[in-house]
Amino acid sequence: MSLAHIGLHHYLVVSALLLGLGVLTVATRRNAVALLMGVELILNAANLNFVAFAHFVEGKVGGQAFAVFIILLAAAEAAVALAIVLAVFRGFRTIDTNATATLKE
Amino acid sequence: MPETLHGAAEFVTGIGPTHPGALLYLIPLLPLIGAAINGILGYFLQQRFGKKVISFLGVGVLLAAAVVAVVSFFQLLALPSGERTLVNKVLPMISIGSLQLDLTFMMDELSGTMSLIVTIIGMLIHVYSTGYMHDDESYWRYFSYLNLFVFSMMMLVLGDSFLLMFFGWEGVGLCSYLLIGFWYQDQAKATAGMKAFIVNRVGDFGFVVGLLFLFWSLGGVWFGAQYAPVHGLGSDASAREVRYVVARPAHASHGTAWRGDHGTPTTVAVRLGPTVSFRELKGQLTLKNAAGKRPIVDGGEVAVHSRAERGSAAVVKTEPLTLTYGGLANMLVWGIPVLFLACLGFFLGASGKSAQIPLYVWLPDAMAGPTPVSALIHAATMVTAGVYMVARLNFLFALSPGAMTVVAVVGAATAFFAATIGLFQYDIKKVLAYSTVSQLGYMFVGVGIGAYWVGIFHLLTHAAFKACLFLGSGSVIHGMHYVQHHPGHDDPGHGHDAHEPRDLRLEPDPSDPQDMRNMGGLAGLMPVTRWTYLIACIAIAGLPFASGFYSKDEILFKAFTTGNLVAPLAGKLVWTLCTLGAALTAFYMFRSYYLTFRYRAPSKAHEEHVHESPRSMTWVLVALATLAVVLSLLGLPKLWTGTDPLFERFLEPVFAAAALKGFAHASHGLEWGLMLLSVAIAAGGIGVAWLFYADEQKTAARLAALKERFAPLHRVVFNKYYVDELYAATVLRGTHGLARMLAWFDREIIDGLVNFCGWCGRVGAWLNGKIDEYFVDGAVNLVADIVIGSGQRLKRMQTGRINSYAYGVAVGVIAIALVAYFLPGVLK
Repeated sequence: MSLAHIGLHHYLVVSALLLGLGVLTVATRRNAVALLMGVELILNAANLNFVAFAHFVEGKVGGQAFAVFIILLAAAEAAVALAIVLAVFRGFRTIDTNATATLKE
Repeated sequence: MPETLHGAAEFVTGIGPTHPGALLYLIPLLPLIGAAINGILGYFLQQRFGKKVISFLGVGVLLAAAVVAVVSFFQLLALPSGERTLVNKVLPMISIGSLQLDLTFMMDELSGTMSLIVTIIGMLIHVYSTGYMHDDESYWRYFSYLNLFVFSMMMLVLGDSFLLMFFGWEGVGLCSYLLIGFWYQDQAKATAGMKAFIVNRVGDFGFVVGLLFLFWSLGGVWFGAQYAPVHGLGSDASAREVRYVVARPAHASHGTAWRGDHGTPTTVAVRLGPTVSFRELKGQLTLKNAAGKRPIVDGGEVAVHSRAERGSAAVVKTEPLTLTYGGLANMLVWGIPVLFLACLGFFLGASGKSAQIPLYVWLPDAMAGPTPVSALIHAATMVTAGVYMVARLNFLFALSPGAMTVVAVVGAATAFFAATIGLFQYDIKKVLAYSTVSQLGYMFVGVGIGAYWVGIFHLLTHAAFKACLFLGSGSVIHGMHYVQHHPGHDDPGHGHDAHEPRDLRLEPDPSDPQDMRNMGGLAGLMPVTRWTYLIACIAIAGLPFASGFYSKDEILFKAFTTGNLVAPLAGKLVWTLCTLGAALTAFYMFRSYYLTFRYRAPSKAHEEHVHESPRSMTWVLVALATLAVVLSLLGLPKLWTGTDPLFERFLEPVFAAAALKGFAHASHGLEWGLMLLSVAIAAGGIGVAWLFYADEQKTAARLAALKERFAPLHRVVFNKYYVDELYAATVLRGTHGLARMLAWFDREIIDGLVNFCGWCGRVGAWLNGKIDEYFVDGAVNLVADIVIGSGQRLKRMQTGRINSYAYGVAVGVIAIALVAYFLPGVLK
């Protein structure tokens, strides 16, 4: 199987795997930083889809542009989220998300 | 409708043509304005500018009204006899069917005379009041009431219809009530006012019943279809049909032929049908055909002209038609002639207003009012309203000899009965009050026996001399006022009359300024009052050359010769009672004169305190005393002058149409004899008074001996025959019993019903409250409870665990994806 045979379907499978891993991470891990990492995986799955569709279906660069914006957004989000995590840690002395569920009632 | 028509007429009527009298409305209006200003602004005016303004206004309007009355009267005099009727139509008021009621004032010889009495004597008494009431705080209220009284009285006198007369009738009753209870802080005076008002209600009831009988008898039978729509006008409600007869006025004044303009016989239109207008009533009741038959009264045919009107304009003229009348005289109600019943009703009204048996009891108590009020309302004017009414309705009363007999006999009985009560009264005003009742009886005798002009003449002379007597007594009370503040008596009275006399006490109260036993010897201290009082006493006693003689003697003579009553004997009975009454009158008047002004030498306290009244009071006394003498000139008997008395000739057109049988012819000898008899009787009465009351030292023993001998009789008469007690035991107790019964009914039944209704309401409200509580609030609470309950349960889902949310998101996405894949239609 050569590279030339690599098509849209391959990318989509990888993207689905990434998404599944990301969701699994978010759903199972209780460490806030691990959650952030899961979110990054989901975002990158979306990025991969954008780029793949842009390359194989559209044939222009709109998807790449979206991907660049999403990477930028993810960086910003990571910065904010990490700041929150730091703040949470300062208040709770932990970053376990179950231990910080004080807003539910 | 043209009042005056030219052409031949087959009918004759009692009414003559009229003339416009544009000023008449001012006579009642001016006092009304005065009453309104003084009533509304009087308090402020008096506070701000003093009593002078009130006097100026109160007397000023009366003076102006008197001037207008005099001017109108002269306008009347300038007209030829028989045409002396001034009419002033001010406003249309009511128009129903063929009935047209306007606010119209009418002045003929009769109402002209009354107008002069009311305005001129009224003005004099207003002037007198400025002196008498000067120290009263409610000065403005007094003048407002007094002006209102004159307004009402002028409405009564000048109104041309029963309704206007009744308006005035009620108005004067109201003013009488207000003025009797003028010092209303005094319970006894307020009660006297109520007594007057309530007794008058009984009479007013009679007035209304009489009017309804008359109206019904005029309208109920004669025209069956008078309210049918007028032909040619459809059902236009403002259109009405008026039926009238063209008739020639029956002018009977001393043979002067009726002169029409331009030599043609003048006729008037006599309206037929139910009416409340005096003129229309008189026109149809005095209608006679060429044969001398009265179709309306006795029954017969009348050729009637008919015309339709819309507003004041004639619209359609229909053809003449002939109507047949059953005759008013033949109409019976419960087997009694309706005319008799109507007259009896009117006379009941008159006897209430004019204090005749059995309704006289209010007048003596009315003396609780200020003395000028007693003079104006309860002697000179208002109480004569009944006499005026009977005289005004002469054409009606003349149709019922039975009613005339009732009037004459009741009048004579009252004249005698009240005179006997007056004999032993010690309160000077009570003497005058009973004297007034008695004199009113003479007036009713005059109008009852058919000698209408004498009744009115006695009204006129009585107005002068009785006003003079009352004002004289007021002057004396004014002078005697000091005894109220005599050392040893602290009487917080309100004014001159503050002390209610105790009739039933034989011992005098030394602080009562009205008790004649506290007076005596005032002649030298109050010379003007004394002389004027003496002149008025002579006038009322009936000595020649004073006016009372001419009027009273003529009444007696006419009663002796009258043929207008049901039986000739009735006239003789009336004459006997009146002659006896005349003797008593002379006695009690001179008794009051002696007790007040002579009897004993004035005491030291009197000499010190009593003095003549102010000029505003004395000159009124002089004016009235002069009138009491000068008025004689109007009634000099035919026996002396050879011609009928001036006043009789003047009033004749008013009474000429009354269907009287007339008076028996009496020889000169008889007439002279009766005249001398009445003079002798008056002189006798005066002599007896002199015998017992001239001088305390000489006569007191004589009097005491006589009283001793007739003690039981004296007690009965002194206590006024216990009539008040009788009324208290019967009418009042009955009324109180009825009131108690009604109160019980009210308390137990009506209140029970009311309470039951209240209870029902409360039960309803309770039920309503429960419904509100359980159903309405329940629904509201249920909604809230559902929301709360579901919230309680749903909040469990909010775990706060990010992981479970992520599961949720994942599951949701997967679910949506599966649905989108397998069931593509659902998400569209």
